Order: sequence, then C-alpha cells, then structure tokens
Amino acid sequence: MLRGLLWFSAFLTVAVLVIIVGYIFYKGFRLINFDFIFGDYSPVGHGGIWPMIVTTIYTIVISLLIATPIGILSAVYLQEYAKQGRLVRMIRFATESLTGIPSIIYGLFGAVFFVTTLKLGMSIIAASLTLTIIVLPVIIRTTEEALKTVPPAYREGSLALGTTKLQTLYKVILPSAMPGILSGIILSMGRIVGESAAIFLTAGTVAAMPDSIFSSARTLTVHSYLVTQESGDIELAAAVGIVLIVIILVLNLSATFISKKLNKADY
Amino acid sequence: MPSPLSEKQIVDIGKSNKRKYILEKFSARLFLFCALLSVISLLLIIGFVFYKGAHPFIAEGYSFIDFIFGMDWVPSEGKFGIFPMIVASIFATFGALIIGVPIGLFTAIFLAEIAPKTIAKLISPAVQLLAGIPSVLYGVFGLAIIVPFLQNNLGLAKGQSLLAVIIVLAIMMLPTIVTVAETAIRAVPKTYREGSLALGASQIGTIFKVVVPAAKSGIMAAIVLGLGRAIGETMAVILVAGNSLILPTSLTDSVRPLTTNIALEMGYAFGTHQEMLFATGIVLFSFILLLNFVLAKIGSKGGK
Repeated sequence: MLRGLLWFSAFLTVAVLVIIVGYIFYKGFRLINFDFIFGDYSPVGHGGIWPMIVTTIYTIVISLLIATPIGILSAVYLQEYAKQGRLVRMIRFATESLTGIPSIIYGLFGAVFFVTTLKLGMSIIAASLTLTIIVLPVIIRTTEEALKTVPPAYREGSLALGTTKLQTLYKVILPSAMPGILSGIILSMGRIVGESAAIFLTAGTVAAMPDSIFSSARTLTVHSYLVTQESGDIELAAAVGIVLIVIILVLNLSATFISKKLNKADY
Repeated sequence: MPSPLSEKQIVDIGKSNKRKYILEKFSARLFLFCALLSVISLLLIIGFVFYKGAHPFIAEGYSFIDFIFGMDWVPSEGKFGIFPMIVASIFATFGALIIGVPIGLFTAIFLAEIAPKTIAKLISPAVQLLAGIPSVLYGVFGLAIIVPFLQNNLGLAKGQSLLAVIIVLAIMMLPTIVTVAETAIRAVPKTYREGSLALGASQIGTIFKVVVPAAKSGIMAAIVLGLGRAIGETMAVILVAGNSLILPTSLTDSVRPLTTNIALEMGYAFGTHQEMLFATGIVLFSFILLLNFVLAKIGSKGGK
C-alpha cells in the first residue's frame, strides 16, 4: 500500500512538472525566432524581447560585481579569520535571516531606500542593488562550504613555508576553493534571473531599451508577468518562459560542469 | 662562508615585512567589514520597513488593532483593514502545505530509497532544475490551465480563486521540498538501514520507522524552505488569486493575500496608503519569523 503511494507520489510530481515545462514549450515555441529574441520591443503584435534580455544581463552583471567580492570576503572572514563568538553568531544570524526574507519585502525596502532615499529612481541600478542583498547570503554560504572542503594541510603547508596569512589565502586557499565558489556564483545568477517581485517594485516596467543603468526597464520575468496580467497573452508569456528556462538550464549545467571539471583538475 | 647581509639589505627586509604586516592588518579589517555588511543590510531592511510601516500608527492616530482585524480596505476613504488578506495568506499557505508536503516527501523518499538507480539519476537532476524555474512561469501556467479547469469543472463564474492559489503554490514548493528532503534522506548512514533490516523489519517499515525519523531535521528544513517560498510568493499568486477584497469563506472565493496587496498597489500608492503597504509588509515579515520559529521548535523537539 505505502509502496504504491510512494510510486504514485513520485509519478505525480514528475508528471506535473513535465506538464508545466511541456506546456510552456508547446505554447511558446512558435514565437521563438531570431527577430523575437534580437528584435526591439513593439507594443503591436508580440514584439521583440531584446530590451528585456539586455536588462536582465545588466541586473546580473551589476549585482554580481558588487555581491561577489563582498560575499567571498565575508565567507573568508567567517571561515578563516573569525574567532567563534558573539560577533560570528550575529553575522550568521543576519545571513540566515536575509535568506528567509521574501522578495516582496526586499522590493519594499529597495523602493524606499534605493529608489526614494538614495534618489536613484525606479532604475536598473536600484534593482541591482536590491538583488545584491538578495544573493549575498547565497554567495556567502556556497563560498563557506567551498572553503570548508580545502584540507587544513594546504594551509599548514603554505604557512610552514613562511608565507603570510594573506598570501596563503590568495595563492593556496582561494584557488582550491574556486570550483565551489564559481558554482555558487552561477547559482546566484539563476536566482537573479528568476527574481520578479523585488525587481517589479524597484526597476519599474518600462518596455524599452534602457539608455543607461539609471533608466527604468523590465527584465524577462517581469515582462512575462506583465503580458499575462495586462493582455492575457499566454503565448508571448510562454515564449519568454522558454528563454528563461533555457537560461536556467544552461546556468545549472555549467555550474555542475565547472565543479566537476575543476575538481578533477585540482586533485 | 656566505657573506653576511649588508646593513642596507636588512633595512629593506624590515621595510617589506612592515608593509606585509600593515597589509595583513588592513585585509583582516576589510574582511570583517564585508562580513558586517550583511548585518548592516538586515538592520537597514528591518529599520526602513518598520519605520515606514509603524508611522501611521504612531504619528497619524491609526489603530493597529483596526488594521489587523479591520474588514475593509478602501484607501481612498482612509480605511485600512487587512484581516481578509491575513486569512487568505494563512489559508493559501496551509492549503499548499497540506497538498505539497506529503507528495513532496513521498517523492523524496521514493527517489532516495526505492527508485531504481537509473530512474533516480534521471529524475533527481530534473527536479533540481525545476526548483530554479522562475516562479512567474508557475503563475502563467496556473492562469492558462488550472484557472480555466476549475472554472469549467466546478461551475465557477471566475476560476481565479483560493483553490487555484493553493494548487499553484503546492506545485511550486514541490521541487524545493523534494530536493532538500532527498538530500537529507540520502545522508542517513547506511548502517541504520542495515541494522533495521537485520532485525527483520521490512523495507517500508525501515524507511518510515528508522530512515525518515533520522532525517527529521533535514526534512523540517525542506518544509520550512517550501513554506517560505509559498508565503512569500507574489507574482505567480497575483495571476491566479483574483485579488478580491473579501473575507474568504470557501475554496472557490477570489482572494487577495498579503503579498499581492503590496505588489498591486505599491505602484501608485503614496502617503498613508503607501505606509500601510509597508505595515502589510511588517505583518508578512512577522508571519515568516513566527512560522520559522514554530517549525524550528517542532524540529528540535522531534529530534530528541
């Protein structure tokens, strides 16, 4: 009986997920062509989605440019420098809490802090800064995990040769932890690509090629949401969905590939 | 005999050592500062959201009780009651848990314990991939398939309903629950299973009496993550909720959970209205803290 239930649940899960992805592809694939992906947006017809792709790339690049160094260095502090104590517990508590905050709250914060208080306006930069905080805990956690896998003998060997702690860090520890760190960064790209509510409240919804990072613009997810909500254009939303799914797929595959490949090369 | 270092060389070494020490000290400070940025961000988020959200109750004479238990949300008349939204959020989240958790857990158990290796190797990565799919797409699917399905089969005037929200959220939390719970179950040491089987327990008995209890904390973490995803989800919910401002009395009522209220009105709200949306955010925030706390308690109790 129970065994049957287990088989049935697994079947149900797989069936539902296959149906969703299948439906998105089935509904949207007719729209996918060169002009759709690389064409400029127009309100008539289905319009191109190049502006949304560019906006998505902007948000990824800017937020990772800020979040990656901060995240890696935080993890280095927590794993390599800090003495366990109140301060470390506080920092860990903060990163864990940040993970649990829903994106709409980040959106509210971004809207009042970056958009209004810092006077950035609804813009790509305001959204990217908000996203920076969202992915920061992801990068910190994955980097910490990667640092944990570096054998203590590496550190001891390097320090015994008379290097300073800093030299050991960037010549020995960080290179060995690199695969883990890289896949963490790639996973946060996925998180940024999939984010919608926080971006909706901080970058706005302007459907045009952004002039600069200070313009309001819409990302792929927001576009997919808006065309569904405003015009009920499921076909277009699904076509954007295909692009999103392919991006996520590529990111996931490269994360797996990198961690496997580099691990082999290293040891 | 090697020539001793000249005085000039000794001074050089001293200088470069000094530079190294300064660099060491500076970098340690820099790393600490980076680590503190998470704390600062958290404080800023809490500070700004609470400052904005508390303002109408402290400075403008609105009653917090009326806000929580008020039935009417009419910003143009200064009426801000979010009770229907609170109820909608709770129903939607628990409904999704009731459907999503058993199916997700059973799937995880299946993949980790029962499935033939080839099948598990095929399904696990696919489910992991699905955990990364943007939640908006679940909403698009919900609006295109689930909403019309409910509308036609239940004879509703409008398919956008609490039930639609529950189904979409349950589907959305599945990959998260399956992935995390599967990892937890796989981490249970093999000897536990062998010991139980050696005592004559059946495979199913071993799974449910030995393996699952041993993986309890990981399974709890899976549920908490799924729950967090469900209660905080916004854009997918807007598409299928219908967003009516009524107190939901049945599964087929159109609802407006807390998150969607914020996203729908933030675009044009200003003044007190906007501050009330931040107050809605505070309520949502408190819910998440409370639920995490409760589940952590349950998890630690069960562990003993």
